[in-house]
Parts: sequence; C-alpha cells; structure tokens
Amino acid sequence: MSGPNTGTAAPSSQNMSTRPANGPQDWDMGTKTLLDLERLDGYVAELAVSDDGGHAAAVVEKSPEERIIAVDNQPWEPALEKAWSLRFTSDGRAFALVRIDDEWTIMVDGTPWEERFEFAWNPKLAGGGKVIGVQTKSDMQYSVAVDGKLWDARFLSCRDYALSPDGSRVAAAVQIEELPEADVFKFLEGTWTVVVDEEPWPRKYLNVYTPIFSLDGKHVAAQVRTDATDYTAAIDNQPWAQVFTCIWEPRYRTGSDVLLPVRQQGGWFLAQNGKILWPSKYVQLWHACVSPQDERIAAVVATAYGRWTVAVDDVPWKTTFSDMVAAPVFSPDGHKVAAAVKHDGRWSIAVDGVPWMPTFDMVWEPVFSPGGESIATIVKENGKQSLVVNGRVHSRSFDRLWAPAFSPTGKQILLRGVDGTRVIREVIATTEV
Amino acid sequence: MDLQDQAVLDRGIDEGLEKLTPERIEKVIRHVLDNESAARLKVYLETCVHCGLCSEACHTYLSRDKDPDFAPVAKVKDTLWEMVKRKGRVDKDLLRRSARIAFTECGACRRCSMYCPFGIDIAYLIMTVRRICSLLQIVPQYLQDTTNSHAVTSNQMWVQADEWIDTLMWQEEDARDSFADARIPLDKEGAEVMYSVIAPEPKIMAQLLGNMAVIMKAANVDWTMPSADGWDNSNMAMYSGDFEVMGRVERAHWERARALKVERVVMGECGHAYRGAVYDGPKWLGWQKPPIPMIHAVEFYYELIHSGRLKIHRKITEPVTVQDPCNIVRGRGLHHKLRYVVNALCENFTDMDPRYEHNYCCAAGGGIINCGPPWKLSRMKSIRVKAEQMAATGAKICITPCHNCHSGIEDIIGHYKLGMHVSFINELLVKAIAEPQG
Repeated sequence: MSGPNTGTAAPSSQNMSTRPANGPQDWDMGTKTLLDLERLDGYVAELAVSDDGGHAAAVVEKSPEERIIAVDNQPWEPALEKAWSLRFTSDGRAFALVRIDDEWTIMVDGTPWEERFEFAWNPKLAGGGKVIGVQTKSDMQYSVAVDGKLWDARFLSCRDYALSPDGSRVAAAVQIEELPEADVFKFLEGTWTVVVDEEPWPRKYLNVYTPIFSLDGKHVAAQVRTDATDYTAAIDNQPWAQVFTCIWEPRYRTGSDVLLPVRQQGGWFLAQNGKILWPSKYVQLWHACVSPQDERIAAVVATAYGRWTVAVDDVPWKTTFSDMVAAPVFSPDGHKVAAAVKHDGRWSIAVDGVPWMPTFDMVWEPVFSPGGESIATIVKENGKQSLVVNGRVHSRSFDRLWAPAFSPTGKQILLRGVDGTRVIREVIATTEV
Repeated sequence: MDLQDQAVLDRGIDEGLEKLTPERIEKVIRHVLDNESAARLKVYLETCVHCGLCSEACHTYLSRDKDPDFAPVAKVKDTLWEMVKRKGRVDKDLLRRSARIAFTECGACRRCSMYCPFGIDIAYLIMTVRRICSLLQIVPQYLQDTTNSHAVTSNQMWVQADEWIDTLMWQEEDARDSFADARIPLDKEGAEVMYSVIAPEPKIMAQLLGNMAVIMKAANVDWTMPSADGWDNSNMAMYSGDFEVMGRVERAHWERARALKVERVVMGECGHAYRGAVYDGPKWLGWQKPPIPMIHAVEFYYELIHSGRLKIHRKITEPVTVQDPCNIVRGRGLHHKLRYVVNALCENFTDMDPRYEHNYCCAAGGGIINCGPPWKLSRMKSIRVKAEQMAATGAKICITPCHNCHSGIEDIIGHYKLGMHVSFINELLVKAIAEPQG
C-alpha cells in the first residue's frame, strides 16, 4: 500500500491552478513510457514528471547512506547522502534538495549549485517556472538563495519568502531582533519585518506573514500584526490605517490594488486598499482570487456556520457544502469559476455553483481548457486515481496521476501517471472521456 | 486559605496589570460579554442555583481539603460573576485573582459539568475569563510565550522550519536501525494518512517520531508528514484566550492536510491538540466538524491492532495503569478503545478508580503546565487526589496517551514519590511489535 512519494505538495501559491506552467508541444495521441521502475535498482522514494510529460525523474535509495537521482532512467553522478523534494522547472530541468558531504544545496540537471548550506528547504519557482529559490541556514543564520546566488544578508530567523513573478526580486518574512527566552514584553515591541532584496523594511512588527509581490514586481504586500490584537496589511512597509482583529493572506490585483480578507464585528469581509470592498458579512472568507482580466473576484466563504461555498463579486453560489471548499480557479476568459468541494464526506468539483454528480474519496484542483469549455481534474477512489473531465470518469485508473493539461485547442489531454511499474505520458482525445 | 503557592509573582500577569486603566478594563470586559459571548453565557449564569454539587467533581477542591474557594462554582463566582455584576468596572485585584484562578486553578477538564444537575459547561465560563485576560494582556508569562511561539512559527516550542525537517530525517535514520524499511515520507501528496504531532516531539522527545515510522511500516500504512507549517496542531493559544492565533494555527493545519490530499489525519498522543483541531479550532473558523476526518492515536492503534495489521509479539510484563486524558475520554469517549489497546500490549493492567470519563484530570492540561515553573507548587497541591489514585493501583508504569498528561503525571510521580514512570503507548507499542530475535 505504501508507494513512492510521487508528488510534492508545494505551499499554496497565489495561482492555485495546477495546470503545468509550460504546456507540451507534442500532442500526438498515444502512450510513451518515461521511466521503467523495475530498472531502478533500489527503493524509489520520489517520482516527478516534467510539465510537458517529456521527462521523468526518481529519487532512488540504494542504501541507507546513498541515494541517486535518475532522469529518464539515467542516473546522475555522484551519489548523494540525501535527496528530496524532486521537481521539474517549466523548461524541463529536474532539480532537488540534496546533501553532499554533510552540506545541503540544490542540484539541477545533475549539477549542484556551488553554494552549500547547513540546511536548505522550501524551494519555489518563478520566472515562468524557470527560476529556483530556496530558504537556507548557515552558521545558525537564515537567508534566501536564488538560482545558486545566496543573499549576503543574514537573519535570526526566516519563516517564509516570495519571488517576484519574473524571479528577479525576493521578499521574505524575517526576524531582525533577538527575542530573549520568554520575553513576552519584547515580543510586543516587534522583532519581525519584511526584507526585500536584502533591505529590511524599517518598521518592526509582532508578526509578519505571507509576503507577496505585485504582478509587475514593483510592490510587496504582507500581513502584519501591529499590536497584540491589531492586524492589517502593509504595502511597501506602509501599514494601512485601518486595523482588524484578524486577517488572511493578501492578493494583488493588476497594478497596486491589494485585496485582504478581514475580520471585524465578529464577521469576515473582503477589503481593498484598507476599505471594505464586499459589504456582505461572512462567517469566514479566504482564498480570494482575481480573474485573469482583473474584472471579477472570487473567494471561499462560509455563509453560515458549516455552510461553505464560493462568492463571486460578493454574490455567493446558491449551493453550499458542509465540509470544505478549496481555493477557486477562474477559467482563462474569466467567465467561469470552479473549485474542489466536499459535502457529507465526499469530494467533487463545482462549476459556477453546480457540483458534478459523481463524488469521490478525493479530488485535486480543477484545470480549465484554454477556451474554458472543459474542466479536468484528478480524483481518487478506492486507492486508485483517475482522470475526470466535465464530471465524466475516464475508464482507466492509475496508481498516481499528476495534474492533467489540455492542448491549445482543448481537444487533447495530456496524462502523466504511474501505471504499475511504468511512469507514462499519454495523450488522449478529450472526447474519449 | 493557604497562600504559599498562590502568591506567585508572574511577570505576564503583574506587569500586564500595571499597564491597564479602568477604562480599558471596562471596555474589554464589556466587549467580550456583549459581542463575543454566546447566549449560553447568559443561560449558564442565570441557570446556576449555586448548589455546589460541582465541588466534589473538582480535583483542586478535593486535593485542597475541600476548601470551598476551589469549588468550580466559586471559581466562576469570584471571576466572571463579578465582572458581569459590576458591568466590567472591576479593579486590578479582581483581575489578578481572576487570571490566577482561570489559568492555574481550572484546567477546563469539564469533569464538573458532569456533576452539575443542569449540565452547565463551567469550563466555557472559565474560558471566557481567559479570553478577557488575553485581550487585557494579563496572561501567565510562560503560557503567553507559548502563544507567541504559535504566532511566529505555528508550533508551540519555537521550532524552526529546518529543525523540524532535519529531525524527521534523523529520526528516520534511527528508526531504520530497528526496522530496515521504516521511513518518514515527507509531503507525499495523495497519501492515505497525514500524521500530525506537537512541537515537544521534535524538540525534546524525537524518538516518538522514529517510533511512529516503525509502527507505520509494520502496519504498512500509506502515510506522510508535512515539511512545512501545519505539522503542529497543538494550540496553547486556544487556552491563553488568543482565538485569532488559535484560528491561524488550525487553519494552517487543515490547509496543509488539504494540500497533501490526504484522506484523513491521525493525531499523535496529545489530547488538547485533538480538541483544538477537532472542536475549538474548526468552530472558530466556521467548520461544523474537521474538514478532513481526524482520529486520535488511540483510535488508530485500536484500528491497527483490532484489524490484525499490527501483530503483538511480546506483552509488557510490568504492572501498568492508564490515565484517561480529558479531551479524548470525556471529550470523545475513547476509554474503551484505550483499554483494548492497553490490554493488548500489557499483561498486568490495573485500572484507576474512578476511571473512564470520571477519571481525574492530570492538572497539567488546559494550559496549566504551560504557565511554567512559578505555578508548579500550586499545580502539585491541586492534584493530590490523582497521586492517591495512582498509588492505589500499585502500577510501575502509568500510560499517558497525551503530552500534557505525560508531563503532568511525571511531575506528580516525582512530587509525591510514587516510584512509577510514565510512558506513551507509542513507546510500549514499538517494543510489543518487535519480532523476537532468532
């Protein structure tokens, strides 16, 4: 029952769609074996497949002290002490966190970065999926490295970081003042801030969460706690004048407008630039997202206790779900909204408020076709995973599937999965499902 | 009243009080009473007939020679009733007393509710006092520090992200010394189970993580642990009254489980973390129930042993007894499954009296032990009945499937010189499932 780790759940990003960043070029129908697991001599700890389905990679444990990474069945040299978090960049380069001679680094296409660290973790991609960032620790100090270049700046702690969309800039939540053990009064003075391209914001906060860049990379927003009971957004170190009793992660619209779920008067609202944008009061509101054209806004809301749904422009869907609603996803034209929903213990996908009829043990995030007419996702039922398109379940099941991708015309779907002992790529007609 | 253990200097309370003005005190109390409290607060206060039947339920009252000041009804009368009666216009002495009572003399164990003829949830009333104290920033220093850790790191012991991952990796190595194929799969999307723990495990009891790797492998469970925040769903912010930090911690936990697409979460041996993740956290966030099913380790072990997925090869022979953690027994009814597991593992089990949902709290839970060393003597005086109850079993091992119980009972054993030691089930299980050599 216990198989290889075939996917790394990356921390939530601003764009929750799981569609591969770079689609494949090869849309010829048929199946191709990328990796034969039987040829990998050892325990397969992780698997990854490139976005275009052209390459597959594996972390293989040869012995407790020795791991190798094999891409398309070709092992990288040398062997590694440890390797994990195996993924591909959008241009098809495999990379992973690796430990060599008791030091950590990132290895890309078989070549480790020259920089080595006491520890490295939390790799993120930007620049269209080609730029790699990672958090680091050396000599008990924390920093960030991007594409092998480590910041000179070091900090007492670093809890999170963000790359600008083009990958050229970095912002991080960092601790800049020592906090003596159990000093609850010093804590209230603030010991945290945001650092952008190695320059800390001058103001200190009790807490800083989820820094993000604007789409043009010029601005940074973050959740900040300015007093024990006061939370707000800070934009380029300028906190909003309005404070709230609780907030969740900010989102940039096109330009510099910032959305923020805020709690006040015992309910949740959506604010923009410090003012309430959605006047409706919800029991909960989070995962705000903006349509690609920046014309519509969607968010997960609870309209009443235990009644979850999606609100679009402050209008909740009429159907609510008892258990959970995951982050909504807009169609490319912005006309449709879909989300994974769970009701009475069963998962499905709801599109514009209408749930698919079949329900499953688990569903992954929805992926729209380029024209928005079709939605695909991965589902799990009785331990096996399948492709589902527009509510119809594909006849084949797999041990594991990665996110599906539509062809530019929407007429084909790329499947990437594990079928027994083979990692395969398969292109099928959308109408086949 | 014996004041030796109660006249405690606690910077968190004392220095917090210095900053308060009468206006702020009144404003905060009225805000909580008028805007944050449910109708049940009024119902409870108006329903209580001061009969005092709750007294016999309380381990602090019983342990302190039935001093009426320690009766649950007195704890409410001396705190919340005064705040309500005076419409928030209370002085600092009352607030100091309220903080001491609410944080250090009531563990919100809810035993008293079972003895109240009206079923009044007295712990809810005490938690309301804690909420007021939190907003007034008069929380015991060490408990507040734990809440601050949650606010910064999402875990309760300031564990850095790299320390967490590194600990999982070396615990995997350790586990493989005893079970060659044991592993701790990180971030395995689509696994059946996400295993969640609390920060004392990576910080000071890392072997529990390695033990779980052995247990999971022996039972062939498809499982994972997250490398990022959300791995610790313990929640001292729930007990300090900082519900905003509590909500942030619980949201991180459930969103991590969703990101990993797991079918269910198995919570390690911790009672209050279970309560935070299953009840208080989801409720504050708007969920009627956890969005993804969660079971406590006791249920999980029961399932694995009962189904035959785990084979017991050798039983523990030393005499054992078992503590019923309040949040999984009174709060969840796991006492029979707990005893099934204990009997499966141990040859010589003697129950406590009283037991099941009537068992006494360990006096560490509810955030009391997190109030730290200044309050330890008070905590020990308040739990003499537990020491007597444990001594009567004649056991050499007290099994504690809860971190607070584990630490609290360890203190009781030392203070009252009971000559026992404490053990998690996890520690006994790895011994019991080990196949005999040769």
